[in-house]
Amino acid sequence: MDAECRLELRKISKRFGEVHALQNVDFQLGRNEVVGLLGDNGAGKSTLIKIVTGYHQPTEGEILFEGKKIENLTVPLARELGVETVYQERALAELQTLWRNIFLGRELSGRLGFLRVHDMKQETHRLMVESMGFSSAAVIPESIIRTFSGGEKQGVAIVRALYFDADIIVLDEPTMGLSLKETRRLLDFVRSIKAAGKSAIFIDHNVFHVYDVADRVVVLDRGRAAGEFRVKDITLDDLMDKMYQIAETGSFD
Amino acid sequence: MSVEARDVAPAATYKETFHLGRYIRSNTTQLGILGVFFAMWTFFILAAPQTFLSPQIYLAFMGTIPFFAIVAMPLTLAVIAGEMDLSFSSIMAIGTVAFIAAFQATGNMWLGLAAGLTAGFLAGLLNGLIVVYIGIPSLVVTIGTQYLWRGAVLLLVGGKGSTLVDARGTFLYTALVGKIGEYLPLQMVWLVIIAIATWVFLNRHRIGAHIYLIGDNEKTSRLMGINVDRTRILVFCLVGVASAFAGILASLHVSFFWPSLGEGYLLKTLAAVFLGGTSVFGGTGTILGTFIGAFIIGAIEAAIVAIGLTGFWTQFIYGLIIIVSVSMHAILRKRMG
Repeated sequence: MDAECRLELRKISKRFGEVHALQNVDFQLGRNEVVGLLGDNGAGKSTLIKIVTGYHQPTEGEILFEGKKIENLTVPLARELGVETVYQERALAELQTLWRNIFLGRELSGRLGFLRVHDMKQETHRLMVESMGFSSAAVIPESIIRTFSGGEKQGVAIVRALYFDADIIVLDEPTMGLSLKETRRLLDFVRSIKAAGKSAIFIDHNVFHVYDVADRVVVLDRGRAAGEFRVKDITLDDLMDKMYQIAETGSFD
Repeated sequence: MSVEARDVAPAATYKETFHLGRYIRSNTTQLGILGVFFAMWTFFILAAPQTFLSPQIYLAFMGTIPFFAIVAMPLTLAVIAGEMDLSFSSIMAIGTVAFIAAFQATGNMWLGLAAGLTAGFLAGLLNGLIVVYIGIPSLVVTIGTQYLWRGAVLLLVGGKGSTLVDARGTFLYTALVGKIGEYLPLQMVWLVIIAIATWVFLNRHRIGAHIYLIGDNEKTSRLMGINVDRTRILVFCLVGVASAFAGILASLHVSFFWPSLGEGYLLKTLAAVFLGGTSVFGGTGTILGTFIGAFIIGAIEAAIVAIGLTGFWTQFIYGLIIIVSVSMHAILRKRMG
C-alpha cells in the first residue's frame, strides 16, 4: 500500500482546546486518483485538508508522502512536496494585482530574493490566455483581483494551483458561489486532473458533484472516518441513503 | 482551465503598453497626492510670495524634513502590513542616547553610530516580538513602548540634554549632516537613498511583496505559506533602525541632544504617511506618496508662519490632515466595492 499512495494519513487526531475536530482518522490518496471527501458541517473535512496542506499540525498521527514520513509539515513544505490547494475562501489578496496573486507566497525571485517581475507578468499573461480563458483586453496582469467576478476569482485560484505542477490538488468546496456553467467547467477541470495523471482531494457539499468526478468517496462524521466507497461499486441513490444514515446514526449499520 | 493547456504553443508575448486611462485608474492615489502637492504649493506661493519664491526656504526644507521623512519610509511599510508604530519618536531618543554613550566612552563616532542603530534595532525587535508572540495589537504595544523608552531616556540622562559639539569636524559628522557645495544638506541625500532603497525593497523584493499581502489578507498569507510572523517582526526592526538613525542625524544637526527628541516628529511622521495615501487598513500604500506627503507636511509649518498665522495652528492642521486623508481613503475603498 505504501508505495502505491501519494499521500497517507495514519491515525490523525486534531484537538482545538477541548474540541476534537478529528479522531484517529486514516486516509489514503492513490496515484492518479480523485478522492471525494463528504460529510456534514463540522465533520472535519476542512481540518483534514488543512492538515494535508500544512496549515494545521496534527495533535497525533503520521503524515506520509510517497511512503515517506514527514515531520512538521508546514505550508511551504507541503507546496514543495507538490500539494496545491484551491481554498473555499479562495485565498486571494483582493487589493493586489493578478500577477501578484498567481505567484502569492511563491514569487519568482533571483538570488537575494529580488523579484523577477517581468517574468511573473509574462507567465501570468500566458496563463490568462491559455488556461483561464481571459481574452478580454480589460483584464491584464496588472488588474486588481477585487474587480473580478466570483467565477474569475475561482479561475485564478485554480490556475495558480496548476501552475506549480502539483501532484496533489486539493479543492475545498470549489463550486461554492459558482454559476451552473462555471460549475460544469470546474468539474471538467477535476476530470482533467485525473487525465493528466495527477491526484486530487475534492470536497463538496453536493453529493452529485462528488459522485460525478471522484473514484472513491470518503465519508467523515463528527471527526471520525465513517466509511468509504468506490464510486463504481455504489449507485448514487445508495450513496445518498448512506449519507443520511450516517448523519442520523453516525454509522452505516 | 485544463491541465494539458500548458503544452499548447506559447501565447503572444505580453507587451506592457501604456494606456492613459488605465494608468490614471491604477495610480489614483499617487496622482491625487501629486495634485494636492501642486495645489498647495501654488497656494503657498500666492499667499506668501516672498517666502515661497526664494530658494532659501527650499534649502531649509531639505535640512529639516529628512529627520521625520526618514522614519516615515519604514513606517509606511508597517502601515501597509496592517500594523502601527507610535514608539518611533522615543526610539529616536533612546537610539541617540546609545550613540552618545558609546561615542563618549570610546571617542569613536563609528562605534557610536553602530551602538545607536543597534539600540534602535533592539527596540524595534521588542515591539515586533510582543505584537507577534504575545498577540497584542501594535497600536497598544507601541503606546506602551513609547512611554517606556521615553522614561528610560529621562532616567539615563537625568532629564538633561547634552552637547554634541565634539562631533563637529569629524568625517562622519560631515557625511551625515554636512553640506554639499555649502548648500545641499546631506541629510536630504540620505533621505533620497533611504527612500529609493525602501521602494526597491517594497516593490522588487519577496519580503516587500509579502508586506503587501499580509496587510491585504493575513489569513490568505498564512494559507499560502508566507512567514507572517517573521515579516512583521522585521518591519518593526526596520522602523527602529531608521528612527535611531534619524534621531542621531537630528541631534548632530543642532549639535545638541534634547531628551524630548522625537516628540515633535510623532504627528508629522504619521501625517506624512496617511497624507501620502497609505491605507490605515493595510494592503495599499506607496513610498512616493509618503515622500511627497512628508514635504507637504514640512512645508505647512513654514507656510503657517509665513502667511501670518500663529504657530498654534500647526497641530490643529496636522490633526485635520490625518483625519481627512484617512477618511478619504476609507470612502474610496468602500466605493471600490
